[in-house]
Amino acid sequence: MSRIKKAFAKGKSFIPFITCGDPDLETTEQMVSAMEWAGADLIELGIPFSDPTAEGPVIQEANIRALKNKITTDDIFRMVQSLRKTVKIPLAFMTYANVVFSYGAERFISTCRDIGIDGLILPDIPYEERQDFEGLCRQYGVELISMVAPTSHERIKTIAGDAEGFVYCVSSLGVTGPRAQITTDVDKMVRLVKQVKEIPCAIGFGISTSEQARQMAQYADGVIVGSAIVKICAQYGRDCVPYVEQYVREMKEAVSR
Amino acid sequence: MSKGRFGIYGGQYIPEILMNAMLELEEAYKTYKNDPAFQQEMAQMFNEYTGRPSRLYYAERMTKDLGGAKIYLKREDLNHTGSHKINNVIGQMLLAKRMGKTRVIAETGAGQHGVATATVAAMMGMECEIFMGEEDTRRQALNVYRMRLLGAKVHPVSTGTATLKDAVSETFRVWTSRIEDTHYVLGSVMGPYPFPEMVRDFQSVIGKEIKAQVMEKEGRLPDVVMACVGGGSNAMGAFYDFIPNQNVRLIGCEAAGRGIDTLETAATLNTGKTGIFHGMKSYFCQDEYGQIAPVYSISAGLDYPGIGPEHAYLHDIGRAEYVAVTDDEAVKAFEYLSRMEGIIPAIESAHAVAHAMKIAGEMGKEQILVINISGRGDKDCAAIARYRGEDIYE
Repeated sequence: MSRIKKAFAKGKSFIPFITCGDPDLETTEQMVSAMEWAGADLIELGIPFSDPTAEGPVIQEANIRALKNKITTDDIFRMVQSLRKTVKIPLAFMTYANVVFSYGAERFISTCRDIGIDGLILPDIPYEERQDFEGLCRQYGVELISMVAPTSHERIKTIAGDAEGFVYCVSSLGVTGPRAQITTDVDKMVRLVKQVKEIPCAIGFGISTSEQARQMAQYADGVIVGSAIVKICAQYGRDCVPYVEQYVREMKEAVSR
Repeated sequence: MSKGRFGIYGGQYIPEILMNAMLELEEAYKTYKNDPAFQQEMAQMFNEYTGRPSRLYYAERMTKDLGGAKIYLKREDLNHTGSHKINNVIGQMLLAKRMGKTRVIAETGAGQHGVATATVAAMMGMECEIFMGEEDTRRQALNVYRMRLLGAKVHPVSTGTATLKDAVSETFRVWTSRIEDTHYVLGSVMGPYPFPEMVRDFQSVIGKEIKAQVMEKEGRLPDVVMACVGGGSNAMGAFYDFIPNQNVRLIGCEAAGRGIDTLETAATLNTGKTGIFHGMKSYFCQDEYGQIAPVYSISAGLDYPGIGPEHAYLHDIGRAEYVAVTDDEAVKAFEYLSRMEGIIPAIESAHAVAHAMKIAGEMGKEQILVINISGRGDKDCAAIARYRGEDIYE
């Protein structure tokens, strides 16, 4: 069983997302440890990209801050290597196809294995384009995470059939960022996935409050939160770690209720 | 390899949330591509509304002055709204209407595509929103006003470099939030399949007309067809019908900005490398970690870090050549064509004129060179005056 699958086997998961290098890599490293301590079951590490087309303003700005700090893919690899001395929970990279492609897909994905990255999430790689990375991910034991969206409908079955690790269920239309209400029938999306394959489903996009997290956890195996955490990083800068830790603890409690 | 490929280029690198919209578009396009009623309606709008066919004009003074090849100008600048952009817009809007869409969104760089989209939306009674880099709204203030006058909402985009690439990113983002009733009228031969193929087909009227017009005037095919290239829609449209005619040289003129040896350039094929961005695999200006470069050109329409996938393919197989033209050369060509032929070209098109000025003299007098004048230059007058150190009020 993969480290990702094991994480979901323990009960409802809470999955925080942060952008590496925002505000700096030292803080990112401290944040990952603090989030594990606070109960995070899996952490999504964003590798910044100059033009993140699936992101709302909050994460767009985090990408810009990180790139202003001249953070590179190699710096992030080194940070993960250092983190893996202590951090035991699964880690997944979230980035855009060009970051992986330009590094050399095989070089990138084999490095992921070497440094202990468990999964890869590429929002601009839909089912039809998976073949660019899928074989390499399998070869090196890195799980390429599939996404389904409220517009996917009958595509969900095809996508779920080839999914690995967990399925990232996009809760709403639009880009990442907090929403007052989630109106999509996420329950139905999750059920469609599970009809095809017994694979964990985590819901992301738009979730920021513990009430939303509690609600979403009723339908799925996990809840993903990005923008709400990145906002804390933006607000407190290098002092953000205890605030993020506290937030993650509350969210983990909410999904476990 | 997934569908919509030109060699290794193209594809559909977009978020899952847009995939069904893309499949719906592909299906609609396949249905109507060969539908006589659709084709007839499009041809009628081309003729009655746009004023096609556009003229192929023999530039006699320029020919004599340069002392070489016989130069013809394909006058896409004479189209309604002042550029080739309306060809694609009419095609896509007719398609959008048949797909039951009531709202269109579009990106724009120089503003020509935005104006064309706003124009046809007004004519068809559709809701229209245009996304334009904030920097470009300043460079092309007149076009912003034109779009508003035509009833479109113009949203300045302030993220990133606040130019064309950011406008494209933002339009994709906005599309994901409202897909059901909205079509994204992508303005160039780029983005995810089916856009590169579909936009090329709608623009291919340019090359078809050039072929027929040159045959009529000269009784033979031209030796060179050239056009400026940003995303590459006017060039692809001009080139497409000539691809099988191996003796016709196809030359795309990229924007070198302040020079391809500087960082202030937008010459993708001359300085970029293969990557994945904005829905396609193609060439992109980027750093060693794949971060998209903040490109620069005096021309807002060519100020884009990528190029359509079919151009990437034509480049790799050597069927088309891609040269780089600097700001300075383009500005000189802008002034040259104005004085020599009484035609003020768009600063984008002036990049092609500039390269013609370099090669026409070396060609034989019996040879024929066609330059696609993709747009008119009224919109650029204030910016070029500024470039020459003169402040004028628009």
